[in-house]
Amino acid sequence: MKGNEALAEAVIRSGCRFYGGYPITPQNEILEYISWRMPEVGGAFVQAESELAAINMVLGAASAGARALTSSSGPGYSLFQEGISYLVAGDIPAVIIDVARFGSGIGEISQGQCDYKLVTRGNGHGDSHLLVLAPCSVQESVDLMMQAFPLAEKYRHPVILLSDAAIGQMVEPVNLPEPQTVDINRDAWTVKGCKGQDESKKITNVFYYMDDYNSYLRDKYQKMQEEEQRWESIMTEDAQLILVAYGISARVCKEAVRMAREKGVRLGLIRPISIFPYPGKAFKNIPDSCKALMTVEMSITGQMAEDVRLAVNCRYPVYTYGTGIKVPGSSDVVRYASDIIEGKIDKEVF
Amino acid sequence: MVIKAPDRITYTDGHSFCPGCGHGTAIRLIGEVLQELKLEEDSIIVLDVACGGMPIDVWRYDTIEAAHGRPVPTAVGVKMVRPDQPVLAYLGDGAAYSIGLAETIHSARRNDNIVVIVLNNCVFGMTGGQMSPTTLQGQVTTSSPNGKNMESGGATLDVVKLLSSMDIAYLARGAICDAANIRKAKKYIKKAMEKQLNQEGFSLVELLSPCPTNWKMTPSRCADHIKEHVTSIFPVGEFIGKEGEQV
Repeated sequence: MKGNEALAEAVIRSGCRFYGGYPITPQNEILEYISWRMPEVGGAFVQAESELAAINMVLGAASAGARALTSSSGPGYSLFQEGISYLVAGDIPAVIIDVARFGSGIGEISQGQCDYKLVTRGNGHGDSHLLVLAPCSVQESVDLMMQAFPLAEKYRHPVILLSDAAIGQMVEPVNLPEPQTVDINRDAWTVKGCKGQDESKKITNVFYYMDDYNSYLRDKYQKMQEEEQRWESIMTEDAQLILVAYGISARVCKEAVRMAREKGVRLGLIRPISIFPYPGKAFKNIPDSCKALMTVEMSITGQMAEDVRLAVNCRYPVYTYGTGIKVPGSSDVVRYASDIIEGKIDKEVF
Repeated sequence: MVIKAPDRITYTDGHSFCPGCGHGTAIRLIGEVLQELKLEEDSIIVLDVACGGMPIDVWRYDTIEAAHGRPVPTAVGVKMVRPDQPVLAYLGDGAAYSIGLAETIHSARRNDNIVVIVLNNCVFGMTGGQMSPTTLQGQVTTSSPNGKNMESGGATLDVVKLLSSMDIAYLARGAICDAANIRKAKKYIKKAMEKQLNQEGFSLVELLSPCPTNWKMTPSRCADHIKEHVTSIFPVGEFIGKEGEQV
């Protein structure tokens, strides 16, 4: 199946029963697929007048107990920021898909990974961080989508699934999971009418008046740090240099590790699957053989390098091979990594 | 005669409306309508922030406090997953006609089956009385200190003119200024809720409301001002969905 369509089917199978969205390339297949598929399962689809409206519709539907989702790409994701901040403030679980494209402004509809800082550092005003999952294949898009709502509900917090144009547009075989359904009245806190109750349910975004709100929010993020770090490590045990890449770039890096090893260059790879919380645990046992780390990402400024530096506590140099609008080539990755190992690269990022 | 507040309205704690504010009356009217229609245990209400968000503290209905200007799309999200339950959005003129105007118009365009109550006091209240799209020409506000005019603030937006061509269930405007008008306003809110129950679609009821603090008038002077001046710019009445008449 095509990545976006497989992901859209997973949205339905994950029990989502509200989708509001606005067209933007390269994620239109999600909106189009759900437009006919959602009514088949008795759910609600609305093509909203804007991403602003869409995210606030999601807030309403999720507050009323439905599994609710919206999707977009870079420019539209920027417009979600307001609503995301309110979802965090109101402790409202929802899922947001960002099929990343390239660039600032209108950018380009082709693949990109330059929403990294937006999804890990942005997400509106306040202390808003979202749990962010970044698949690197069509199958993993489906698998992580099936985990997204349970995670959102575990923390009463929005979750982002960060795909990109390459994964969204590629066609791969995929195993679809069994459909899940949930009862819209399963949670006590959702608005559903106050029949038989003296008090009513109130979903407000002024929880910060609570005496212990600071520790409440910190504890929530702390629990995510402890329980939700996900990553894949490949041949890091004896690596001279460890590549760090997520999403489509990670696929290239897997190939680069294999090619390098054939040449006798010992590369390894850490592939973050959760990028918030960042999988710092993956960097705890870096071997003595490792001289440096190198992020491979389709951003211009090496947006993820900062997280890697934090993860290694600045004990190793962290380089970036940032290809911007182009998908990195595996042989180029090997060449750049070899140059770092041989001391030919001075600048870590720029 | 016994005058009793609706069962789920509790002014007892937490309310911080200014003396003479129209919100208190509007809240009571909504409460009376929900009780008379026996909808108070089924309804879900979506509020704006600031003054328009404060009803959450004085009633016991299931309520969401939405983002500024977004109660309408938030209410649409609720209604789409709970189509059998009454959903009401309550917001001010700044929310409905300025930052949330697109959302208001598109909900009307879709004829979403919700009720939207807009409390129009012609200013941004909580933030200190700046001009809004419904500020009258010549009105002095904290952001139009010499009086609003076309050059400084543009035209005055009239929601009736804006929505009168749209295929919606109901459009009415009431005024919170005297007993007769308040009774009429309640009738409009009730009719809007009944139209939602009948699956007729989008209803918008605007309530012209005093803001003594920001108008810098006493409550009684505010009432006179609404009767004498505001209603001459914003006529009260039913404009779409009036029973027994062609629209």
